[in-house]
Amino acid sequence: MSATAVLTPTVPAAVPAALHAANRPVAKLHSVTKRYGQTTALDNFSLELHPGEVVALLGPNGAGKTTAVRLLLGLISPNAGSVRVLGRDPRDADARTRIGAMLQVSRVPEMLRVREHIDLFRSYYPNPLPAAEVIRIAKLDGIAGKMFGQLSGGQKQRVLFGLAICGNPDLIFLDEPTVGMDIETRRALWDEVRALSAAGKTVLLTTHYLEEADMLANRIVVINKGKLLCEGTSAEIKHRVSGRRIRCITQLDPEFLRTLPSVSDVQQDREAMVILAERPEEVVRTMLVRDATLHGLEVSAAALEDAFLALTSEQ
Amino acid sequence: MATNAIAVSPRTLGFGYYTRIFRKETQYEFVKMLRTKAYSLSVVGFPVMFYLLFGTSNRHNMFARYLMPSYSCMGVVSACLFGIGMGIAMERAQGWLELKQASPMPRLAYLGAKMISCAAFALIIVAALLTLGITLGGVSLTAVEGLKLAGVILAGSVPFTAMGLLVALLVPANAGPGIINLIYLPMSFASGFWMPVKYLPHWLQVIVPALPTYHLGQIALSIFGYAEPGSMLIHWEALAGFTLLMLGAAWIIFTRSEARS
Repeated sequence: MSATAVLTPTVPAAVPAALHAANRPVAKLHSVTKRYGQTTALDNFSLELHPGEVVALLGPNGAGKTTAVRLLLGLISPNAGSVRVLGRDPRDADARTRIGAMLQVSRVPEMLRVREHIDLFRSYYPNPLPAAEVIRIAKLDGIAGKMFGQLSGGQKQRVLFGLAICGNPDLIFLDEPTVGMDIETRRALWDEVRALSAAGKTVLLTTHYLEEADMLANRIVVINKGKLLCEGTSAEIKHRVSGRRIRCITQLDPEFLRTLPSVSDVQQDREAMVILAERPEEVVRTMLVRDATLHGLEVSAAALEDAFLALTSEQ
Repeated sequence: MATNAIAVSPRTLGFGYYTRIFRKETQYEFVKMLRTKAYSLSVVGFPVMFYLLFGTSNRHNMFARYLMPSYSCMGVVSACLFGIGMGIAMERAQGWLELKQASPMPRLAYLGAKMISCAAFALIIVAALLTLGITLGGVSLTAVEGLKLAGVILAGSVPFTAMGLLVALLVPANAGPGIINLIYLPMSFASGFWMPVKYLPHWLQVIVPALPTYHLGQIALSIFGYAEPGSMLIHWEALAGFTLLMLGAAWIIFTRSEARS
């Protein structure tokens, strides 16, 4: 549960220093608290990124995901706790030459061509990727000569992704990278994230798409209201919600359903009710007896989404 | 690969690296401003249009000559207030500035590129007005006068860049154009950019020395012999003081908002 549990495993003296170093975090938030006026965006939050990992920071809107990214990028400083990136303070400009970031930008200067944006961002880094390589990886062929203002939402996101990898960074932050993308482009971007990971890069992505976290991340960190809820592989998180998921249309009161034995969560999903229960047979039996109008019944294994809903609603 | 990821070896990035960033940043900033018609057309277009209306119609009298330096001043003020003030306010509101700050780009490159681009626009305005003055306005002037005017306008871009910075920090992006017009149009009029200050209402003449535009105007007009009597030194001092005041205020507001964020 606690992020510090994975900190510095004991390494025998005989192990080469390089291997030891590989286990040290690339980036680290340690007991960070960040307040904006009265609201607490992050509350005693810790996070570590290890070399080559893809970590998904998962949570609903306002959970504190973007705040965590902005802290790691040195754009803001914490009220309490410490932030280290590549062994130094992220406000240190030198550290930034090894970092790439894709942030939620509402508008990019529209009167520059895609190729020009890439050329400009490449100049910021001492060892950039060749422009042709950026265009290939971010799938910008065909639109490189277009003005940014002429692009569709998904294409704009791809350009922002391209800018994030321009400097051939070792550590990449992707803040809600696939917002506005259609399914096809989203999947293409997932492939690129996997390729980055395969090349030994460390990636932190924030998302509220559970599928995205499930597909990409070695490790998922679930946060809500600025607090760490749990972390682990997607299988581990699903496992936290044992039992199965009942979905049906019923007139029964959610409050009543919560009182049934073995029920761990009840959620309204549009017209349907979604119930998580350890012993679904018992619950369904009771429901059928109580509600003759019950229809559209489905019973399935709990998905990551249910785990997520259960976790975030526990608070 | 993984071991490299742990710590950045402290290395100093060379002079060439920084020069390249400055060059590219300035090049693309200028191209961007040029392509943004709302900026380039209005900033260059207004002084040119006004000169065509009021300068050429006063062909062969003093106004054809007078309006060249005075509209040049108006040009540099609007180029800087819109270019720096609006430019930064918008890129800040849209999150673009934050993405740049997350990159290794030095802050000075961003600011320097904007400042040089605005100054370049101011020089384009000077060149356009001088050309119009000589061809359509029937004005005769020496090359030295023209170069002096360009130099004064270039120097004038410094105080108004500083003012643009303060505007960028204070004015919300969507209200920007309206507020900047409200600042710079009355200031231009009151500072004698349309007619000499001595023809303005008496109450205006009293408050005019408080305006930075007045001091810039006097320096530019002095090249052509239209300044009010007196030493130019006091006007240079006023502009220097104004620059420091604007930079100081911008610095205080900026560090306060940094501390809050």
